Amino acid sequence: MKAITANRLTDGRVIYRTADAEWSTDYNAAHALSDTEAETALAAAERDASIIVGPYLIELGETAPAGQKWRREGIRIDGPTSGTTRPSAPAHTRRAA
Amino acid sequence: MYRYDDYDATLVRERIGEFRDQIERRIDGRLSEDEFKPLRLMNGVYLQLHAYMLRVAIPYGTLNGAQVRTLGQIARQYDRGYGHFTTRQNIQFNWPALTDVPAILEQLADVEMHAIQTSGNCIRNTTADPFSGAAADELEDGRPWAEIIRQWSSLHPEFTFLPRKFKVAVNGAAEDRAGLRVHDIGLQIVRDAAGESGFEVWVGGGQGRTPRLAVLTRDFLAPRDLLSYLTAVLRVYNQHGRRDNIYKARIKILVEALGTEAFIAEVEEEFEAIRESELRLSEAEIARIRAFFATPVIDNPAPLPEAGEPGFRHWLKRNRRAHKVTGLSSVVISLKPIGGTPGDASADQLELIADLTTRYGLDEIRVTPEQNLVLPHVRNEGLHAVWLALKASGLATPNAGLATDIVSCPGMDYCSLATARSIPIAQAITERLEATGLSEAAGAVTIKVDGCINACGHHHVANIGVLGLDKRGEEYYQITLGGAFGTDAAIGSIVGKGLAGDDVPAAIARILETYLELRSDNETFIDTLRRTGADAFKEAIYVAH
Repeated sequence: MKAITANRLTDGRVIYRTADAEWSTDYNAAHALSDTEAETALAAAERDASIIVGPYLIELGETAPAGQKWRREGIRIDGPTSGTTRPSAPAHTRRAA
Repeated sequence: MYRYDDYDATLVRERIGEFRDQIERRIDGRLSEDEFKPLRLMNGVYLQLHAYMLRVAIPYGTLNGAQVRTLGQIARQYDRGYGHFTTRQNIQFNWPALTDVPAILEQLADVEMHAIQTSGNCIRNTTADPFSGAAADELEDGRPWAEIIRQWSSLHPEFTFLPRKFKVAVNGAAEDRAGLRVHDIGLQIVRDAAGESGFEVWVGGGQGRTPRLAVLTRDFLAPRDLLSYLTAVLRVYNQHGRRDNIYKARIKILVEALGTEAFIAEVEEEFEAIRESELRLSEAEIARIRAFFATPVIDNPAPLPEAGEPGFRHWLKRNRRAHKVTGLSSVVISLKPIGGTPGDASADQLELIADLTTRYGLDEIRVTPEQNLVLPHVRNEGLHAVWLALKASGLATPNAGLATDIVSCPGMDYCSLATARSIPIAQAITERLEATGLSEAAGAVTIKVDGCINACGHHHVANIGVLGLDKRGEEYYQITLGGAFGTDAAIGSIVGKGLAGDDVPAAIARILETYLELRSDNETFIDTLRRTGADAFKEAIYVAH
């Protein structure tokens, strides 16, 4: 399964495309798409250029991003894994089962 | 330090107005992202993993107290309470909203700062020795020349769309603390046989995926010819540099492709053609700029404090540097607390540092390529008060130049280009080396960590370099040995297969333990490594594998 992510134009925050074609900062609200649906949905998302920047597809696992970029996408969800703004309870920077 | 004239102030304010309009047009849809991206980059605004990042220019790493205070206010108001100092002597804010950037730029302009040319294929901020104007080993302050280069290169119409970014460094001391040989152009101030000062010119250095040390193109360039010669180099690069392949677009590739002799011949031909043009610097103009950088004069110089707490004595030993003026010292404010994020300073810390800069530092402070700060001019009788204040704010770590004075790029925790995390590795290394006492025992050694081959963290020129890479979705880290940043610049060599992140701190510890076993007398780490060769350390790195 796949989902669509981007950065919000006004502040750059990480956002996900929802089932009703809106955008949410909540990863859990991301619309899970089949491989065949994904490209069509991405083309539709790209038309939101006044709201978003750089939409692309990510691979979904059971509870966290999967595929080669799983860690990068996990960091985009939870925030930095270290440093000054490290979140207290990162949940998505462990590799999906 | 240099103060804006009307031209500078007007240019910066006009640029903010222009960028504010561009942001408005992007948000209301009149500009596409493809149209807007190069415009925001020209104003220092990147889009990273989580947010926009604003890189603010700190010309040749020099700030005054009011500027540092403003950086703290921006960190508190528009970021998440901190700023991140970089290896190129700039500061980055990791969390600003695009819509807030014009207001941030206005605050910066109020204290004569901006973010122009901190990105894009133009001439970037000129690097300088952070101890310029203060160092006991200095021949001449390099900052007037860096300021002349800043004025010449700002919004230079001919050099705004180069094949790739372009970085210049100036060093006026015996020891190269600016990294001349890993810059596109490095300028070393020297004296000729008649005692006249001028520049030794190095061209074609750089790091990234193709690390190269610059080659000497001129052993003496008269000061009046500085801008003519720089223009000649830039013109040859602009004309012949590759634009078809981003990985082969830097001047280092051109110098190598043409060959050093042919490259120099091209530059000399252009130089001769423009040498007597309006680019020639007059004595009056050089004197005008130099006047902004006068050597401090103090009354009643005091000796170094001889007493004090052990912690103070230790901090003086590690973080104080000799000053050219009797009665003054330079001190390194370490932004490398054990287990901390290299280069980060909180808003509270920035405001405290601003106060110290104004009160004890003759209103001047520097950013170093090692991601630390330097108070270049502290009266000796003020050293204890400075230490007490820094200590109370977690800024008195006595590790300047030691292994725990580690350099790290932001890595995958922030950067959209990164292939692996770097900050957690740096943190784990410092914790390990501090807990084992190896940092203090090993003395002078440089460790630098990168999260991708672009090498913003300068791992290529670290005595011990760590490069994070990705292999089928897992991070692994290559170790390099033998790199050096300064006068004895060298590119480190990969010692073998990569390690898992968890194994890196122990491997670094074993490298230092091996050094302590192999060293003779007062030999530094790099001297031992050069004497024995990297193979002597290889077994230590891979002992557990």
